[in-house]
Amino acid sequence: MNGYNFAYLDEQTKRMIRRGLLKAVAIPGYQVPFGGREMPMPYGWGTGGVQLTASILGADDILKVIDQGADDTTNAVSIRHFFQRVAGVETTTATIAADVIQTRHRIPETPLRSGQILVFQVPIPEPLRFIEPSEQETRLMHALEEYGVMHVKLYEDIARYGHIATTYAYPVKVDDRYVMDPSPIPKFDNPKLNDSPALMLFGAGREKRLYAIPPYTRVESLDFEDHPFEIQSWEENCALCGSDHSYLDEVITDDKGGRMFVCSDTDYCQTRRGEVA
Amino acid sequence: MKKPRLTRPVLLDVRDITRLYGPAKGCEAIDFQLHAGEVLGIVGESGSGKSTLLRVLAGLEAPDSGNVIYRRHAGQTVLDEDLSENADAALDLYAIGEARRRALLRLEWGLVHQNPRDGLRMGVSAGANIGEQLMAQGQRHYGQLRATGQEWMRQVELDPSRIDDAPRTFSGGMQQRLQIARTLVTQPRLVFMDEPTGGLDVSVQARLLDMLRTLVRQLGLSVVLVTHDLAVARLLAHRLMVMRRGQVVETGLTDQILDDPQHEYTQLLVSSVLTP
Repeated sequence: MNGYNFAYLDEQTKRMIRRGLLKAVAIPGYQVPFGGREMPMPYGWGTGGVQLTASILGADDILKVIDQGADDTTNAVSIRHFFQRVAGVETTTATIAADVIQTRHRIPETPLRSGQILVFQVPIPEPLRFIEPSEQETRLMHALEEYGVMHVKLYEDIARYGHIATTYAYPVKVDDRYVMDPSPIPKFDNPKLNDSPALMLFGAGREKRLYAIPPYTRVESLDFEDHPFEIQSWEENCALCGSDHSYLDEVITDDKGGRMFVCSDTDYCQTRRGEVA
Repeated sequence: MKKPRLTRPVLLDVRDITRLYGPAKGCEAIDFQLHAGEVLGIVGESGSGKSTLLRVLAGLEAPDSGNVIYRRHAGQTVLDEDLSENADAALDLYAIGEARRRALLRLEWGLVHQNPRDGLRMGVSAGANIGEQLMAQGQRHYGQLRATGQEWMRQVELDPSRIDDAPRTFSGGMQQRLQIARTLVTQPRLVFMDEPTGGLDVSVQARLLDMLRTLVRQLGLSVVLVTHDLAVARLLAHRLMVMRRGQVVETGLTDQILDDPQHEYTQLLVSSVLTP
């Protein structure tokens, strides 16, 4: 295995992270500090997610890595190759076949099943950070459930744009207790967090925080009574598979204004095309 | 025959408060009671310990010794269940724990800072500033929050059509009025004010004072007011405490103290006022 320990990290580090994960699962939505290690990739490329994946990966597990829903973009390819090399695990692009899915900012369209683990890469884990720069103060606010300021942000959106204009990293309340940043997933994916049969783990490498949503946990998106939470919708269907209920990316096809909308989840799109054909 | 109650119930009982940063720096052995519906002025020169005392009273800084006891009276409590369990109880501000202290500050007390920048969120709109505490209390209806915001802007003589403007586009006097609206929107029973008219020019000051006096009377607020300006004290306060070098040198009714000062320092203070 090229002289590396299984999955790159040493066993002590993995145990430390697993202990943190147990705590995170026990207190859904609570940010657990951990001793983040230097990884052979820059901060912002998913060092948090990679450390979590390395800690939970078993030799028999099948790994899938996505970046904005796609299996074939830079971040996904490099992390998948990394684990192929340092852990020798089997990898896949099929959501159904995977045991562990590391994701950058999407939840697969195919419903997850019990036993799967979804690992998110998180840039800024603290949802209160935008209004309160002090870490000490935000921890106290979490401890005392002082979450009034979260609605100030949504109020500002409505006052300025007439609707809640936050489209990604949309704050949620987990198990009626902790307000959590679900990482920069589009708010389209927020409903998939609620009551999911899969375990969701979140790792922030630079900020050295991890948190979790255990299976079948209630996750509510914050909103106002007269401005309820809504997900994005498109007038077009996917140009490749014709799906009318998946998250679409707009792709520019030429310099004459040509464009098409396609599923951001490549595995989902390909599977559908295979079925249709 | 039913007799009217002559003495109002005690709201705040301050016992032997000492908070010293050094000899004669801070406040020492302060004892007083604040009754419901009363406006108490604390006057004195810069560095006399007024602001330190206010910070201790308002729950922002623990005293070295002494107690601040808040007495609540049945039928006058606000939402919070945890707090209303023992509605009649006397709460020792620094013995009830941080969680309940912060809840008390949020739900039943208010604090107006000298500099509106300390009390406002400068980055978000006026409406969000006014609505923040209401949202913290669980109001989740945007339309109602906005209506309340506009109503309070009218109350403090701000143009309600500027509800979506950021406070930094407001003048100093308008910012101060916005801060007052933000503080009073939760209908606190006790309000602390630290030099509310400091840094404003006299005509703006006069209008703000007039407005404050009306609001205090309409809402039946109890106020602890810290100021170095005797004219402000004369206009707002029912009772005065004069401080010097961390100690109270004289207390009494406002008119009594300003018209017939007994202590030499108070005499100096009253005679130093400039008259045009």
